[in-house]
Amino acid sequence: MSIMDMTAVELAAAIKAGKTTAVEATEAMLARIEEKDKNYNCYVTVDKKGALAQAKEIQTKIEAGELTGPLAGVPVAIKDNMCTEGLLTTCSSKILHNFVPTYTAEAVLNLQRAGAVILGKTNMDEFAMGSTTETSAYGVTKNPWNTEHVPGGSSGGSAAAVAANECYYALGSDTGGSIRQPASYCGTVGMKPTYGTVSRYGLIAYGSSLDQIGPLTKDVTDCATVLEMIASHDEKDSTSVERQDTDFTSALIDDVQGMRIGIPSDYFGEGLDEEVKAAVLKVAEQLEQKGAVVENFDLSLVEYAIPTYYTIAAAEASSNLERFDGIKYGYRTQDYAGLHNMYKKSRSEGFGEEVKRRIMLGSFVLSSGYYDAYYLKALRVKALIKKAFDEAFSKYDVILGPVAPTTAPKLGSSLADPIKMYLGDIYTIAVNLAGLPGISLPCGADKNGLPIGLQLIGDCFQEKKLIQTAYTYEKVRGAFPAASKEVG
Amino acid sequence: MANIISDETIEYVGILAKLELSDEEKEQAKSDMGRMLDYIDKLGELDTTDVEPMSHVFPVQNVFREDVVTNADTREQLLTNAPEQKNGMFMVPKTFD
Repeated sequence: MSIMDMTAVELAAAIKAGKTTAVEATEAMLARIEEKDKNYNCYVTVDKKGALAQAKEIQTKIEAGELTGPLAGVPVAIKDNMCTEGLLTTCSSKILHNFVPTYTAEAVLNLQRAGAVILGKTNMDEFAMGSTTETSAYGVTKNPWNTEHVPGGSSGGSAAAVAANECYYALGSDTGGSIRQPASYCGTVGMKPTYGTVSRYGLIAYGSSLDQIGPLTKDVTDCATVLEMIASHDEKDSTSVERQDTDFTSALIDDVQGMRIGIPSDYFGEGLDEEVKAAVLKVAEQLEQKGAVVENFDLSLVEYAIPTYYTIAAAEASSNLERFDGIKYGYRTQDYAGLHNMYKKSRSEGFGEEVKRRIMLGSFVLSSGYYDAYYLKALRVKALIKKAFDEAFSKYDVILGPVAPTTAPKLGSSLADPIKMYLGDIYTIAVNLAGLPGISLPCGADKNGLPIGLQLIGDCFQEKKLIQTAYTYEKVRGAFPAASKEVG
Repeated sequence: MANIISDETIEYVGILAKLELSDEEKEQAKSDMGRMLDYIDKLGELDTTDVEPMSHVFPVQNVFREDVVTNADTREQLLTNAPEQKNGMFMVPKTFD
C-alpha cells in the first residue's frame, strides 16, 4: 500500500514498524499540496519548513522510543481559527491578516505531545460564520469531488484537505454543524464531541456556549483515535469537563446488537433531497439487520432550532468579536479621526459582510428593550430543545438522520439568500444547542457522484455509542473511495 | 408581522456594534435584519412561561483557581502583533486634549 492511501493510524503503525518515516510522509503531503492545492485552496498557510523540521525531530523521538502513540509522526492540518505559536492564524479574516499567536491552542498542543506534524492552517468561513467556506477573505475552497461545488463549512478547508489527501487528518470546529456538514459534503468522517470534552483554550471564539473542536478523518478508527488524543480537562477553559471515559478507541466494536436507534420523522420531511433520504434510510435497514432496534419517533421543535441558534450565536459573536479593535493585534485602518473612529473604521474594513451581519444582529438582540424578547426567549427555547432530546435519549441510544438536506451545493449559489443558507443547518444545529455529540460519515453518493452524509447523534458523554454504531456501519458499507481517486 | 428596521435603529446598533456602515450597507442591513427578526419571531409561537433561560447545558458552577501567575512574560512577542507600539506599550490614537 502506498503511504498516500493509508489512514492516520495505519501510517503511524508503518512509521513505528520502520516501513516509512515521518519525514517521508511529510514530504509526500507537501508535494501533494504543492501539486493539488492550487485547484482546491484548502490551506491559508502551508508551513513547509516548520513541518519538515518537526518531522525530523519527531522521527528521532520515535526511533528513540520516546514517542509511541497511535498518531506519532502523522501530518495533520489545523483549522485557521486555532492559535498556533509562531504560525500565522487568520480566522480567514482580513482583520487578522498578520496575527501570529504567542501560544498554541490546548487541543493542538495535545496533538503535538502525541507527535503530530503540523502541515499548515486550513481555510474556513470567516470567523467560522458560514456553511460554504465562501466567506473566507482568502478565496473560496473547492470541493475535491467536484470543483464546481462548495466543500461545506465552516471547516471546509479541513474537510477538503482530508478528502483531497492533502493531510492524513485535520482539526475543525463545530458551532452549528461546521465539522459535520463539510465532512458530509466531502465524504469524510467528522465528529463534534460533547460540549466541554475538548478544551476551547486558543480557539478563537465565535459562539462560546456552542463551539467545540473535533476531528475530520478518513475513517471512524482515525476519528476515535484523534478524539482520544485531543480530549482533556483544561483549567484554562472554565467550561472544560473532567471526564474519565475518554478511551474512545475502546468503542471500535463491530456490533450493534440491541442498540436502540431512533429515527426522527421530523428530519425526513419537506426539504430533504430524495437521494439523501434513501441513502440514510438504507443505513437504518442495514443496522437493523445487524441487530439494532430501529424505531421512528417525533423529536419535535425541529423548526425552532435555527432561529434559536442564530439569536444565541449572533449574540455571543457580537460580544466575542469586540476584542478586534485595531489596537492589540490585526488590522488597523489607515486614516481616522480619534479613537472611536479608528475602532469603527478598522472593524468595518476588517470584517466581511456575513460577520458584520451577525455582529449587527447580535448587538440588536442584546440591546436594552430587546434582550428579553429575543435573547432570553431563545435561551428558554433552548431549554425546551434540550428537554426534547432528553426525552428521546430516555428511549434511544442513538438518533440517526441526515447531516444536511442536500449534497454539496454549487459554488456561488448559497450566499445570496442567508435564510435559505441557514436552513441547510437544520439537522446539525440543535446538537450544539443541547451540547450533544454528533458524528457524520459517508453513506453513499448522489447521481452526480457527490458524497451523502449520515449523522448519528448521542446523549451527552455517549460518544462511545456513536463510535460503535458508526464503526459497525462502516464495516457493512466497506471502503469509501477517496475523492482524489475520482478527480485525479 | 414584518419587522421594519428604522434608520435610527440601524444607527444605534452601529454604535453598539462599533461598525461604520456605508449608506448602501445600511440599507442592506435594514433589510437583512428585518428578515432575520421575522424569522426569529417564530419563537413567539412557543409558550415559554415558567421555562428558565438555559445559558449552559450542564449544571456547572463558576470555576475558581488561585490567582497565581503560571505563564511567562511574553510582552515583547505580544507587542509584535500590535499595529503600533511605543516604549513597551500599545499605541492608541489621542483620546482627549
